[in-house]
Formats: sequence, C-alpha cells, structure tokens
Amino acid sequence: MAASVQRNLTVVETDAPVRVSERPKVAGQAVRVRGLTRRFGEREVLKNLDVDIAPGEFVALLGASGCGKSTLLRILADLDREIIGEVEVPVRRAVAFQAPRLMPWKKVWRNVVLGLPGRPDRARALAALEEVGIGQRADVWPKVLSGGEAQRTSLARALVREPDLLLLDEPFAALDALTRIKAQDLVGELWQRHGCAILLVTHDVEEAVLLADRVLVMKDGIIAHEERIDLPRPRDVADPVFARTRGSLLDWLGVRHGTHGNA
Amino acid sequence: MSSIATITIAPRAAERHVPSEAAIQDAGLAKQRIEPASASARALPRWVRRASGPIALVLLWHIASVTGALPGEVLAGPSTVISSAVKLFQTGELQAAIWVSLVRVLIGLAIGGTVGVALAVLAGLFRIGEDLIDATMQMARTLPHVALIPLLIIWSGIGEAPKIALIALGTAFPLYLNVYAGIRNVDSTLIEAGRTLGLSRAAMIRHVVLPAALPSALVGLRYSLGVAWLSLVFGEQINATAGIGYLMATAREFFQTDVIVVCLVVYALLGLAVDFTVRTLEKVFLAWRPAFSGT
Ligand SMILES: Nc1ncnc2c1ncn2[C@@H]1O[C@H](COP(=O)(O)OP(=O)(O)OP(=O)(O)O)[C@@H](O)[C@H]1O
Ligand SMILES: [Mg+2]
Repeated sequence: MAASVQRNLTVVETDAPVRVSERPKVAGQAVRVRGLTRRFGEREVLKNLDVDIAPGEFVALLGASGCGKSTLLRILADLDREIIGEVEVPVRRAVAFQAPRLMPWKKVWRNVVLGLPGRPDRARALAALEEVGIGQRADVWPKVLSGGEAQRTSLARALVREPDLLLLDEPFAALDALTRIKAQDLVGELWQRHGCAILLVTHDVEEAVLLADRVLVMKDGIIAHEERIDLPRPRDVADPVFARTRGSLLDWLGVRHGTHGNA
Repeated sequence: MSSIATITIAPRAAERHVPSEAAIQDAGLAKQRIEPASASARALPRWVRRASGPIALVLLWHIASVTGALPGEVLAGPSTVISSAVKLFQTGELQAAIWVSLVRVLIGLAIGGTVGVALAVLAGLFRIGEDLIDATMQMARTLPHVALIPLLIIWSGIGEAPKIALIALGTAFPLYLNVYAGIRNVDSTLIEAGRTLGLSRAAMIRHVVLPAALPSALVGLRYSLGVAWLSLVFGEQINATAGIGYLMATAREFFQTDVIVVCLVVYALLGLAVDFTVRTLEKVFLAWRPAFSGT
C-alpha cells in the first residue's frame, strides 16, 4: 500500500524560513504531520502537533468540543493553508463532513461522481450507491433524502474516489442511535474492503473503540494521549477489555474522575 | 383551579396557531384536528379561486356602467371594451400593435439582460471585475432610469432606439444585482465540498457557483420583466408611430376610453404572460429546491 504522497508545506509567518524539500515519497506513512501550528488571531488552536497515520490504518480522533479536531481535519483535507509546519497527505483523499454537503441541484448519482475525470459515469455511481445500500435512491434530488441516506450518499461520494486517506468529521453525529449503529458497521466494512487509511473525528468514545486501530485524544492543541486497540474484530461492546479501554479514554477526556493531569 | 387556567389559555392558543373553527375543547385542553391535505381538498380548483377576485371586479365595473354610475366618457364599460377589442382585432390593428411592443421588450431585454448578466458574472467571479464594475453599478442603479429619457432622445432621436435603450437600461440593473448577489452568496460549505472533490476552477463555477446563483438570477429576471413593461409604457410615450402606446395615444386624442382600456388590459395580460413564463422556468430549473410552494 504505497500511497502517493503530496507535500503540503505552507508558512504564514513572513520572517519564518520556507522549506520546501522535494523528498521522494515516504512509503512508510499515509499521513505525516510535524510541528503543526494553527493560529486564529492570537489563539493557538494547534500547537506544534505531530501525527502519523500508517497506510490502511483506522485512526479515531477524540477531544473536547472546540479543541481543534475539525481544524486538523481541514488542514489534512487541504482546505486550510494558514499553517506553520510540515504536513504530508496522500494525493488521493476524500472527505465526508458532519453535514453531507451534497449539491442540491444535482441528482444523487451525479453528486456521487461529481469531480471525477471524464463524463459522469452512472454505472460507477450506482455501484458506489449500491455499496452503501441506497442504490434505489440514485435518481432523486438530495432534498428528499433522509438524514441517514444523505450521509450514506456523502460516504459513497468519498469512496468512489478510491482514496488512500478518508477523512471523516463526525459523519454520524446527526443520525439517530439505530441508524448510527448501522452506519458505523457500514464504515467498518467499507474500510476493510477498501483498505484506505481513515481519520475519524468523533465525540463518541464507544464508536472510536469499536472501529479504530488507534485512538488519539486531543487536548490543548496537541495529541495528549494515544491508545492502540488490539481487540479482534468484530468487536464486542460487552468485552471487559473494551469497557476498560473506553473507561481509560473517558478519563483522558476528563469525563469520569475529574480532569486528568495535563500531559 | 386548573380549569380556570386552561380556560384563559385556550382561546389565546386558538387565536394564535389555530383557525378557530378547528379548535376543539376537550377536557379543558386546546386541541387541533390535523386534517389530511386531501380531505381539506379544495372544494374549488385552485384556478377558480384565483380567478374569482378579478371576475368580481369586472362584474362590479359592468354593473356600475350599465346603471350609469360610471359614465362612458369617464370609463367605458366592459361590454364596450370587449366589442372595441374585437373590432381592433378584426382590423388587425391590435395584433400589429402588440407585436411591435413585444418586439421592443424582447430586444431591450435581450440587450439589457446580456449586459447585466455578463457584468454580474465578471464582478461576481473575479476580484478585479468586482473592483471595476460593482461600485459603478451600485452607484448607477440609484438613478431612476426613466429620468434618462430626455438624454436618450437627444442622443438617439425619437425612433425605436430610445425606447429600446430605455428598456435595456431598466432591465440590466435588476439582473445585475440579483445575479451578482447570487454568485456572492453561494454556500461556502459547498465550495469547500467542491474543493475536496477536486473540482477545477472552471468546474467549480459550472457545477457549484452558477447553479447556486440560478434561483437569485430568476428573481432578477422577474424584476427585470416588470421593469421592462414599465419602461415600455414610458418609452412608447415618446412619439410612437406604432405599438400599444401609439394606439393609446391616438385613442386619447379622440377620447376613446374603451380603446385605452383595451390597451391597459393588453399591457396587463402581457405582464401576466411573462410572469407565467418565469414561473414555468422556475418550475423546470429549480425543481431541486426544497422551496415552499404555499397552500
Ligand atoms: N475560522 C475560524 N476563525 C476563528 N476561530 C476559529 C475558526 N475555526 C475554528 N476556530 C476556533 O478554533 C477552535 C477549534 O475549532 P474546531 O472546529 O477545530 O473544534 P472541534 O474540535 O472540531 O470542535 P467540535 O467537536 O465542537 O466540532 C474553536 O475554538 C474555534 O472557535
Ligand atoms: Mg468539529
């Protein structure tokens, strides 16, 4: 899984040295972030942050609201270049946001293949929609989709690009509990089939432990804690190890026994 | 105690949210029965309800003129108007006049619309276009365009040119303003989504920006058409030798109020026709919109 890697280094400080080294592709990592800082005015939301994601690895990112998870994800999606530091991401990447962000003026299937080179390929769109279980909704306007269907469409739109890195920003947050469980299973399956690296931003600790190889906890602009999850898949919520992992992560999030010491 | 409270609340709730006949008092609770749309279905078809207002008005007008309350030299009655419309139609004068006026509007709209939309796209998509065009347009639009009639006459005489120029001037601004606003107000989250999908700049404009601006552009078109008729009426006061305005000017000379009313009705019908056209365009091109369609 040698992901092709794009170098993406941007420096906003005028006096800071601009280093653009054209190093050959790094075969080892799908995502490599070093010393990433992002300021909004005086506020440093990301502080000298380091992250690595291996090709095909499923990483979940947890953290309190407003700690900068979406900011990091937007930088990895190349939507925000007002940064200091080094960021390397695969050229082939796709994003699914919390809101599905479908183009309301395009039929569902056209949304799925929007931006792919060549003429809109209906068969390809149908295959992708079939994969997320809504093949029969291909010819409707996005306005008539339910929340879950719209979210699946957004997922199909991301996957049809066959990304090496899939960025998911709380894609299930707006779904009801039952639909969310189905959507989580779906993402798990799709990940195993496609084998892309995934960064999943979520508020749901259980979701993180259920799906991820590794869980990152973000706090004060850095990755404060990292937990590798070696449980066999499919994972069982009732497993004591599962419960222990979840408990420890909740501790790190400062949810259970007051705030954990700052790392 | 509780019954007193509910009694004081119920009527207010009924007033505020509920058509009073639908409010049911049950165990002191203000309730409303939700009627299925098909059941409350219009005893009358929609168009009948919409037509009832104008029909009543015409009826009133007819009664006023047959009873003599409205003398013919002030305003001819509907029957006289209809018979003179038929006469004008049979001589072919009416069709000729309508055609001339319609062509004026269409040419004016084509010129004004093209200029307005082109400028709006340039100003909307390019920073330099915005700097050069927008300030000028925003300033120019505050000038009532009919105030330019004297200048237009001096520049282009009293033939077709000033009439068409007036219509073009009038229609350019509403289209410019609305298309520009439409382009500038495109949902930025969709632009971001487009970027993550790898859309090039041209593809972004074609697949995201322009479709997003379309609803606003059609609103602009509707305004433009309204202004176009208004400009036509003003423009045809300039020494017209053909067209509805000419017909009206001649009728004025001979105090033919019936012909004047025929012309007014034609103006109104043409206005309705273009409004219908825009509505149809909206239905076709904006089918994707989760818009409110009314009840
Ligand atoms: N464009 C911006 N301008 C100014 N401040 C911003 C901007 N975008 C984000 N921020 C700030 O950066 C901080 C991190 O925002 P971010 O959206 O990354 O949080 P988050 O971790 O995703 O939170 P949540 O879990 O609630 O989505 C917030 O305090 C936010 O106010
Ligand atoms: Mg967020």
